[in-house]
Amino acid sequence: MREIHVDQIAETVARLVQEANYTLSPDVKEALNKLQSLEEAPVGQAVMLQIVENYTIAETEHVPMCQDTGVAMVFLEIGQDLHLVGGSLTEAINAGVAKGYTEGYLRMSMLNDPIKRVNTRNNTPALIYTEIVPGDQLKITVDCKGGGSENMSRLAMLPPSAGWEGAKRFIIETVANAGPNACPPMLVGVGIGGNFDKSALLAKKSLLRHTGQPNPDPEWAAREKELFDEINKLGVGPMGLGGTQTCFGVHIEVMGCHITALPVAVNIECHSHRHKEATL
Amino acid sequence: MAKVYITTPITEEQVRQIKAGDEVYITGEIYTARDAAHKRMIDDMAAGKSLPFNPQGAVIYYVGPTPPKPGQVIGSAGPTTSYRMDKYTNDMLKQGVKAVIGKGYRSDEVKAGFVQHGGIYLVSTGGAGALLARTIEEAEVVAYEDLGAEAIRRLKVKEFPAICIHDTHGGDQYFNGQSKWVKPDAMFQPKKPEAGE
Repeated sequence: MREIHVDQIAETVARLVQEANYTLSPDVKEALNKLQSLEEAPVGQAVMLQIVENYTIAETEHVPMCQDTGVAMVFLEIGQDLHLVGGSLTEAINAGVAKGYTEGYLRMSMLNDPIKRVNTRNNTPALIYTEIVPGDQLKITVDCKGGGSENMSRLAMLPPSAGWEGAKRFIIETVANAGPNACPPMLVGVGIGGNFDKSALLAKKSLLRHTGQPNPDPEWAAREKELFDEINKLGVGPMGLGGTQTCFGVHIEVMGCHITALPVAVNIECHSHRHKEATL
Repeated sequence: MAKVYITTPITEEQVRQIKAGDEVYITGEIYTARDAAHKRMIDDMAAGKSLPFNPQGAVIYYVGPTPPKPGQVIGSAGPTTSYRMDKYTNDMLKQGVKAVIGKGYRSDEVKAGFVQHGGIYLVSTGGAGALLARTIEEAEVVAYEDLGAEAIRRLKVKEFPAICIHDTHGGDQYFNGQSKWVKPDAMFQPKKPEAGE
């Protein structure tokens, strides 16, 4: 059985959180550059120029593109034929986050308790998501997500009679309400189906898809396009100052659900969509 | 929509000339504070203590920067979402604060406060922390050091770029800007502000 030492996972996480905060992935850059060329409002164009200049500075100088260096979400796809050795996986990931955030001069934004609110000073706890998959490899995806866009996310347990039109209305309303708070242009992650928590997880995981890549099901891909066009009608524009480009992608993930339910979750991501991955 | 260059502290006369939609470039000393620092300032005032800075004509920047790398004055330093300060903003305006910088929508109470107390709401580009840090020439913690990134810092800035969203006359640039670009058949129209002056 193949073995991986958890220290190697810690080192990888430490590297990925820094890379994610300094350098946008090519898919995100491509989406933002395309959006910049499409924006018609002069103020929207000016904001997009700043956003592009900003990520260029961050990449060149190895500094965080945003001061909110985020909560560190670590998604693991663990091969079922793999054996992790050398200690606790959770502790190793938290050690990796602490190391990466400290050595990378990233901001410590995590608290010990939602009401006591004392900063843990090393950006832990990391939020860890695990999935068991076939094979003997370990895929690690890190997403450092800021609070502004996360706070504008919503979930609704709609009645099945609401149907696609009801779901669509809820999603567009969520984006309209978010406006400048979520640092548009946004990436809109949508999870439909499952149950209360699975719909939220689907929305979150949809953000990890290669930006702009459509859902493989043509029917859902068409709904993504429908939402994309509706959202860009809102006129919110870059940083909510007005413009033709409010989002740079809509990703929908779906799964089956109970006969009584139509869960819809919307997880909004800001323009600085920071994700990196590695396979061990 | 004009380009306005201002030097802090801001006078009553200056602040009244700035209109929603103006590009505002700030030079001089400004102070950082997020919700945790605002809560402490309000508690301190209730306990009869003075504020950690002179509020007369002051500018507050809602930011929690990243730590500086060796050789840097400050790390990345873009605006945070302003509604978290809504609860405290009118109290700061009453103390003489003339401008606050952040990003995102404000409550109706705070919008009314800008008119009533003669203050303005400025926004800069969220997420542009590395770029905005280039306008910051000095940074020094002046209070609540234990709050880390949320401590109050005195920043010396040069032509820090912002846009006026709410002016002292009830102007609302989010509404003006979005109204211009929203499509007639959009599912939602921008929220109309309450009548201003």
